[in-house]
Amino acid sequence: MIWIAIRMLTGDAQKFYGLVFGIAFSTLLITQQLTIFVNLIERGASGTYNVSSADVWVMDPVSRTTDVNFPMPSTALDKVRSVEGVEWAVPHLRAGASVRTGEGDLEGVSVIGVDDATLIGLPKRMVEGSADVLSQPDSVIIDDVGVTRMFEDGTSPIGERLELNDQRAIIRGIADAIPSFTSQVTLYTKYSQALRYVPGTRNRLSFVLVGAEHGISPQDLTRRIEQQTGLRARTRDEFAQDGVDFIIQNTGIPLNFGITVMLGFIVGVAIVGLTFSLFIRDNIKQFGALKAIGVTNGKIRRMVAAQAGLVGLIGYGLGVLGTVLFIWGFSGNPTFKGFYIPWQIPLISMAAVFVILALTGWLALRNVLKTEPASVFR
Amino acid sequence: MAETMDQHKRTEATQAAICSRGVTRDFKAGQQTITVLHGIDVDIRAGELTYVVGESGSGKTTLISIMCGILWPTEGEVKVFGTDIYDLSDTELVEFRLNNIGFIFQQYNLIPSIDAANNAAVPLIAQGMDRLEAREKAVAMLEKLNIGDQADKLPSQLSGGQQQRVAIARALVHEPRLVVCDEPTAALDAASGRKVMDLLREVAVAEDRACIIVTHDNRVFDLADRILVLEDGRITHDGAEMPEGH
Repeated sequence: MIWIAIRMLTGDAQKFYGLVFGIAFSTLLITQQLTIFVNLIERGASGTYNVSSADVWVMDPVSRTTDVNFPMPSTALDKVRSVEGVEWAVPHLRAGASVRTGEGDLEGVSVIGVDDATLIGLPKRMVEGSADVLSQPDSVIIDDVGVTRMFEDGTSPIGERLELNDQRAIIRGIADAIPSFTSQVTLYTKYSQALRYVPGTRNRLSFVLVGAEHGISPQDLTRRIEQQTGLRARTRDEFAQDGVDFIIQNTGIPLNFGITVMLGFIVGVAIVGLTFSLFIRDNIKQFGALKAIGVTNGKIRRMVAAQAGLVGLIGYGLGVLGTVLFIWGFSGNPTFKGFYIPWQIPLISMAAVFVILALTGWLALRNVLKTEPASVFR
Repeated sequence: MAETMDQHKRTEATQAAICSRGVTRDFKAGQQTITVLHGIDVDIRAGELTYVVGESGSGKTTLISIMCGILWPTEGEVKVFGTDIYDLSDTELVEFRLNNIGFIFQQYNLIPSIDAANNAAVPLIAQGMDRLEAREKAVAMLEKLNIGDQADKLPSQLSGGQQQRVAIARALVHEPRLVVCDEPTAALDAASGRKVMDLLREVAVAEDRACIIVTHDNRVFDLADRILVLEDGRITHDGAEMPEGH
């Protein structure tokens, strides 16, 4: 009977494709929007993940994320270095600045000052040049997303001179970095150089990056640092999560994406529900005849479930494939750099598809089950 | 004496294909209760082509619906080949219909997206037979009905008469003991109607099989073995021919 059910559905091409489209569109909307949402809010942690060598980030107690920080006095570095279990501790500066490009455009940039001696604070990989270029005078390294924003015509930025807060800066390398939440251009330079580029208040030290001694867990170390220095210390993962949480709590992004995902669900229910009901209504005489002939309600249920299952399988597959193609198609775009589909998202959209089909299938099935076999004689 | 008569009736009833006793059916219409059948006592014998005729609203469709186990009577009992079908559980009744009754509907109710052979095979597939085996049997039945060459065609590619034959094949393919037809000639011209009735007599009527037909098509009345006339929910005539004045 399952074969008959499938043929009943596929034989009505318009409704079959309508149902598949409804599920595929719903899956695409839910999967794609959730993927963008997750990847976007994970950008809140990009500043932390770009510095993979730091086990612990130390900051002023009011600082919240890599971008929302309150500078500390330079003595904080010595305090942290004195804590037992700290293998190394280096200064890290993060501040905003303005750049006037060769074309005279103004661009807001983020300046990151990395440790002069060890260069800890730079992203792990370089697209062009090496970290050593920072030893040359007025050197800065630009992130790869920054290149696409500041040099849209495709010219090489290497050797380009910039007017950075009214001072000369020369781009000598390109870093392979995870873009920030705002995709702002990021310039890396030595800490001492950064202090010159970003004039400001008496206190300039944004963070102290710490490496834990062998055998000391980052969690233990954060507790020790907080107890002994009065500063705030977070492990890398905790601080990354702080960045994500900040975006969730302080922007309308979760609400906006939530609304879109909900719309995807509602559109799915509406299209599939309507089409499924029409399909059942068009075939109610046939279902009635089957019931009269001697097909049990249990078999009818399995027939409708098979129809819903087929539509769900094809529609869901197309929807997920659409999302994969979308992510793959835009992978070259800096806005979508590093985007991936977390494995939980296809599961969530599968659950949504299941709910859509269960709900609409149940509504459609009610009409079939309510149909009296005797109605075929009327 | 009365007891002996009753006993005789009961014996007869067990030999009948369908035996209905005191069948009454009420329908609710708002606050009103309308009685459509008034205590029908009738036996349908195997080996006969039995017509149930009557005006619209006389209760003939309700009567055959009750006789074939798809509509519960308000009162009374119906035995089909000795089985009190309304004593069965829902599942048993559905299974009983699947194994013992073949249906021919006025509008055929064929599944539009499967071919004639698969349509005819539906009862066998519902019984759990392998689809290809069921199809083979269905094709054989279609051949018997002279439309074997149309087995691969969809219902929409067949004429009304051919669709009717597919519906007949579907009703007979699982060799039921009772065949119930609802207005089988309503959509056909006079010649095709007579052909269908001849065909039903040929394939659906046998010594151990009963065929009951609801019709008001007076063009085919002469082909019946027995005619039951229903008026206002009561059998007013039971004979081999239509009474005068109808």
